[in-house]
Amino acid sequence: MTTLPGDASALQDDFGDLAPDPGTPAAKAIEGRSLTQIAWTRLKRDKVAMVAMCVVVFMCLLGATASLIAPHLGGGPNLPHTLLIDGDTSLPKGSAGGMDSAHWLGVDPTFGRDLAARVVKGAQWSLLISFAATALTVILGLVAGLLAGYFGGWVDGIVNWLMAVFLAFPVVLFGIALASGVPPHAFGFSYVWLRVTLLIIVIGGFGWAYFGRIVRGQVLTLREKEFVDASRSLGAGELRIVFREIMPNLIAPTLVFASLAIPANILAEAAFSFLGVGIPLPEPSWGGMLNDSLSQYQYDPAYLFVPGLAIFVTVLAFNLFGDGVRDAFDPKAGR
Amino acid sequence: MSTEPSSLAEGLKQADPDALLSVSGLKKHFPIKRGVLQRQVGAVQAVDGIDFSVRPGETLGLVGESGCGKSTTGRLLTRLLEPTAGSIMFEGRDIAHLSTGQLRPLRRDIQMVFQDPQSSLNPRHTVGTIVGAPFHIQGIETPNGVKRAVQDLLSLVGLSPEHYNRYPHEFSGGQRQRIGIARALALKPKLIVADEPVSALDVSIQAQVVNLLEDLQQELNLAYVFIAHDLSVVRHISDRVAVMYLGKIVEIADQAVLYTKPHHPYTTALMSAVPIPDPDRKEGRAEGQVERIRLVGDVPSPINPPPACRFNTRCWKAQDICRTQEPPLLQIGGRSEAGFEHQVACHFPENV
Repeated sequence: MTTLPGDASALQDDFGDLAPDPGTPAAKAIEGRSLTQIAWTRLKRDKVAMVAMCVVVFMCLLGATASLIAPHLGGGPNLPHTLLIDGDTSLPKGSAGGMDSAHWLGVDPTFGRDLAARVVKGAQWSLLISFAATALTVILGLVAGLLAGYFGGWVDGIVNWLMAVFLAFPVVLFGIALASGVPPHAFGFSYVWLRVTLLIIVIGGFGWAYFGRIVRGQVLTLREKEFVDASRSLGAGELRIVFREIMPNLIAPTLVFASLAIPANILAEAAFSFLGVGIPLPEPSWGGMLNDSLSQYQYDPAYLFVPGLAIFVTVLAFNLFGDGVRDAFDPKAGR
Repeated sequence: MSTEPSSLAEGLKQADPDALLSVSGLKKHFPIKRGVLQRQVGAVQAVDGIDFSVRPGETLGLVGESGCGKSTTGRLLTRLLEPTAGSIMFEGRDIAHLSTGQLRPLRRDIQMVFQDPQSSLNPRHTVGTIVGAPFHIQGIETPNGVKRAVQDLLSLVGLSPEHYNRYPHEFSGGQRQRIGIARALALKPKLIVADEPVSALDVSIQAQVVNLLEDLQQELNLAYVFIAHDLSVVRHISDRVAVMYLGKIVEIADQAVLYTKPHHPYTTALMSAVPIPDPDRKEGRAEGQVERIRLVGDVPSPINPPPACRFNTRCWKAQDICRTQEPPLLQIGGRSEAGFEHQVACHFPENV
């Protein structure tokens, strides 16, 4: 088979360096597509995933700009409006929890703080914690899985044992115990940020074992592939093999894991805040608002539904998007 | 015919002075560990003392059944594995126990083509990255840049230089194997170990790849160690052929001689299994050999191989001496036209 592309190579030979780089017009058309690009094309065709992605992007934008937006929503998340509260029942005046043109989602009982502003500010904490915790999980899981899977032997033994310990750990109880010991100030952090850091460490630092096992399994098969031997026979060192040959093949499982871990971590943060060991009051959080609403939900159901819907819609959107990502990377898995 | 067991010293003494690569007493035993303390309870004797040499520009075929140690031999030569014993002399230097760092400059001279084109190319890298990797790993400066060098290599193996930015999954099996060959050629090696390079390809593509390997050999004066179980492919490409059985070389000879006048009973049986497309043309068969020889039983376990001659459990000529005294690999008859020896490890060779 000598079907050489006569035109391109002939040009090169005749004109040497003056010839147009074979990468210009002809090669543009022949540009290859990586597996990630193909997965993205597939994802774009998945309508449910695309709608979910729009919601996810919207929530992320809301969370990222919460500090700018929230103060302009009905007076900000922490400004009380006692005039809107019925003095006898301490419930908001008017229908549906005091929803009106100034307070789109109403106000909370007792204080009369704007719920839209509190939900937006709560989104900031929720997403910050779940993204940071997921990042921590992914980094720890990748390091542990690569060490165990690639080096094997006693390293594998130790990492496996550690993973078993972490999987058996009562994370919620541990988080509650640690939260009660958080000082008002430490390391230059305020109380709120100390609790946020603690949540990230507890949620992220205990979730890595599950991902570590996935990575370990992947690495065990990848290290036996002939392209690893090929790289070694070219003289590549261990670092190059791990980072250039094996790591790129972990992109798909990492993205799939992360897109499904984020909603799980949003729920975990909400649960901790609900239990009173998450974001401390009066700072708004979805879980904290849910907890607050429980005492009056029969009289002011809107206060229960607003943070509840925020959690529901966000988690559902992230999960549907995560499913789409998984299907895009592994179309054979089916549904 | 002397029956002294071949020793390492004898192997070295017989070593071909013109050889690019000469292997003597090469062994690879994989330990079998059991129990809590990981005590060694045995060893898979994958390669158990083999000697051969390869001259510059020559093709040595390595054939044998599955599990006879031919792939392990290939991995020892490229030092993807470290031998248990023996020496691998490459250009007069023993590379058997060099460290990763000491091996790096040597990697330029010995390269490998792998069996499975599906798994030998990283699916996450472009062809440009894959074929350019040797330059990056070895830190080689190319006059017109790495991209140009890679495109030249792609043309050399019959691919379009425009495939530079493509990914392995966009190619057919034969094209992928060409990419693997381009990568092996990048460092201008003197020896290429090809581990079943065409076994995973379908027959029409096999011919293309084998012809490509032959053309490249003439152009670049490459030496090949060509590992395969397909006897016709080996016959086509090899100058000399070594037959392996259970970790040992039982016979090594000029391709033409081995296929027409095999001495070892195992080789005879193996050659009788080569199908001849035309039932009226039997001259392709070994001398006096019309019917196919069917070997009975299975290949014994390499964990506990039979004593002395390893073929004695399946050999129709086996006698007591075959079970007590190991036949050394010795020369029989004169040299072939090409000046090669015909060596065989058998007490009762055929066709003598």
